[in-house]
Amino acid sequence: MPTGSSRSRLLLLGVNHKTAGVEVRECLALGGAPRPPLEIFAGLPACEEVLFLSTCNRVEVLAASPDPKAAAAAIREVWCTVGGGDPGTLDRSLYVHLDEAAVRHLFRVAASLDSMVVGEPQILGQLKEAYRKAAEAKTLGLVLNRLLNRAFSVAKRIRTQTRIASQAVSISYAAVELARKIFGDLSDKRALLIGAGEMAELAARHLLANGVRGLVVANRTLARAADLARELGGEAVGLDELEAALEGADIVISSTGAPGLVIQEEMVRRVMRRRRQRPLFFIDIAVPRDVDPAVNEVDNVYLYDIDDLKGVVEGNKAEREREARKAERMLDLEVLKFQAWLESLDVVPLIRRLQDKGEAIRRRELERSRSALGELTPKQAAALDRLTTSIVQKLLHDPIVTLRRSAGAEEGRELLDAAYRFFNLNGAEPAPDAGGARGKEAAPAGPKGPEGRPRRG
Amino acid sequence: MALRVLFQSALGLYLVATAAFLVHIVTLRKWAERWGTGLLAVGFAVHAAAIGVRWRVAGHPPVTNLHEALSFVGWAVVGAYLLVQWRQRVKALGAFVTPLAAVLMVASSLQPAAVPDLPPALRSYWLPVHATICLLGDAVFALAFCLAVMYLLQERQIKHKRLGGIFRRLPSLDVLDALNYRCLTLGFPLLTVGIVTGSIWAEQAWGSYWSWDPKETWSLITWLLYAALLHQRLTVGWRGRRAAIMTILGFGALFFTFLGVSVLLPGLHSYANWFE
Repeated sequence: MPTGSSRSRLLLLGVNHKTAGVEVRECLALGGAPRPPLEIFAGLPACEEVLFLSTCNRVEVLAASPDPKAAAAAIREVWCTVGGGDPGTLDRSLYVHLDEAAVRHLFRVAASLDSMVVGEPQILGQLKEAYRKAAEAKTLGLVLNRLLNRAFSVAKRIRTQTRIASQAVSISYAAVELARKIFGDLSDKRALLIGAGEMAELAARHLLANGVRGLVVANRTLARAADLARELGGEAVGLDELEAALEGADIVISSTGAPGLVIQEEMVRRVMRRRRQRPLFFIDIAVPRDVDPAVNEVDNVYLYDIDDLKGVVEGNKAEREREARKAERMLDLEVLKFQAWLESLDVVPLIRRLQDKGEAIRRRELERSRSALGELTPKQAAALDRLTTSIVQKLLHDPIVTLRRSAGAEEGRELLDAAYRFFNLNGAEPAPDAGGARGKEAAPAGPKGPEGRPRRG
Repeated sequence: MALRVLFQSALGLYLVATAAFLVHIVTLRKWAERWGTGLLAVGFAVHAAAIGVRWRVAGHPPVTNLHEALSFVGWAVVGAYLLVQWRQRVKALGAFVTPLAAVLMVASSLQPAAVPDLPPALRSYWLPVHATICLLGDAVFALAFCLAVMYLLQERQIKHKRLGGIFRRLPSLDVLDALNYRCLTLGFPLLTVGIVTGSIWAEQAWGSYWSWDPKETWSLITWLLYAALLHQRLTVGWRGRRAAIMTILGFGALFFTFLGVSVLLPGLHSYANWFE
């Protein structure tokens, strides 16, 4: 059945960390291509609008194309020839989404629901960067522009209205989150690092990055402590000075390789009296543990060992999963809205053709009747013009309103097709009883390009 | 009539604000918090007008019967909360304070609201000084009580390593403890001045500074509890959980002094006795 719509369709194809290994992703990123990948894809004849997204976890091409099949084949071809990807591997790892599925996928990517760590914020920045590049290269048109902007606002809404990104999902983040809930502001707090292991160093760096003011490194071998202290901008002490160091510290990260306990409850009780009960937060990431678990019973002392922190992280991940499901529901609605907007675009060319046709008929019929009417005064001519225009407009008014209203609705598509046929707007030969040769003249010359959607370039 | 309308409006606004703060703490929707604060501020202004009108009608501060006292404390609690929010935002506090204010107002609305005639002994310029200072002190300690409850909830979550929704919604232990301390340093002088002025007034009215009337006795107990807390804070460095528990105990004594004694035990301060 002929439809008057020649709207270009949305196509998204690519790979991510779940479908392809890093070597495949590297190939598709077209790092070694002679021209920028965006330029290559934009040059494909089947692609009207293009966006190219390449991050360490995903490579995707988003395109608007009147012939998505041909566009997909061309993009795939580029990946095989320019990127040197193996066609078999590519077929196994490539996902291809059309129209609504493409919109949904893009929204999920933007909202970080498709990320390795759900809720991580980087992907939105990367997508915005890809958008900026495409906008600069003028490879975007009405559809992708609108789609990307919707994606950004959907992502923002999901971020503010759900808690997919509000919890720490790594040990270091969890430690900082806890420290903040104990101390509030960290900028006047001091950290003590006991032992010089890699993980403890990471946690210490993280605390420093979050504003902790001072750092003391305590280690069995003082030289190693001094090295690390220099690197992190702190001071070094020996393990024998531990009790004094505890007095001045607020956050203690312990990760020695010692077989027994390094910090006993009694020691902490003594220290707490001298500290006048200022809170003390122990992060014990050593296995076997360095800090006596009974320390947690002391007032204003908080002890988290590696299992506790893992528990926090797991709990947070579970919470994120729940929030992600909420986000998906919000997203469903947004996909529907965008789809409706996209479909409403079909109505625009139809309405314009309908108006053009009405106007053409009016002019021609007016011309034909002019001789029968004889000489008209300018006033009469103007009145006649108004009369005929008004008849055409009033006749077309209701169909146009109905079409506008149904744009994007379920019955809209059928109505659109029906309208093209009723008014014979496809440029086909009209029925013989419609006025013979006159009907042929009345139809506008062939379908125009989709109005309202400027081509790139 | 105008008085009743003002009072009922304030009560209504507090109730809606309470609902908004509860919605906020459950859903974390920002609009709920904004609406809650806005409604509470309007309620506070309306309530102030109600108290002002009543003051004018009665010719003395409206703190002389249970209806008035409850209403005045409710108003002061809301004022203290708005002050804290203005100076230092503690978002979750609204969900703890507004229910308390709402309960005070509802309790007040259940009491006879007629403007009382003062017995001659109470017609003194010490009335506004003594009663308002005492009630303002009560309001500040009520705020401290809310902060202490929040502290214990948050501390429990962190100590027991069960970081549920409350953990994310409540502020840090440090903020809660610091605010609690500030309330103590403000409330304690008010309580002290309240007791001293009451004592001077008692001397003028009844010829004795201290007569061990139940309210006086309980005020002293309350004062001693808060004094002990302040002392321990300053000398030993008490803070956190112990300070929070002590704050709650102190508020318990204060509450009994304010309400229990007035209603249950006969004495010079017993509201019930004045107007029989």
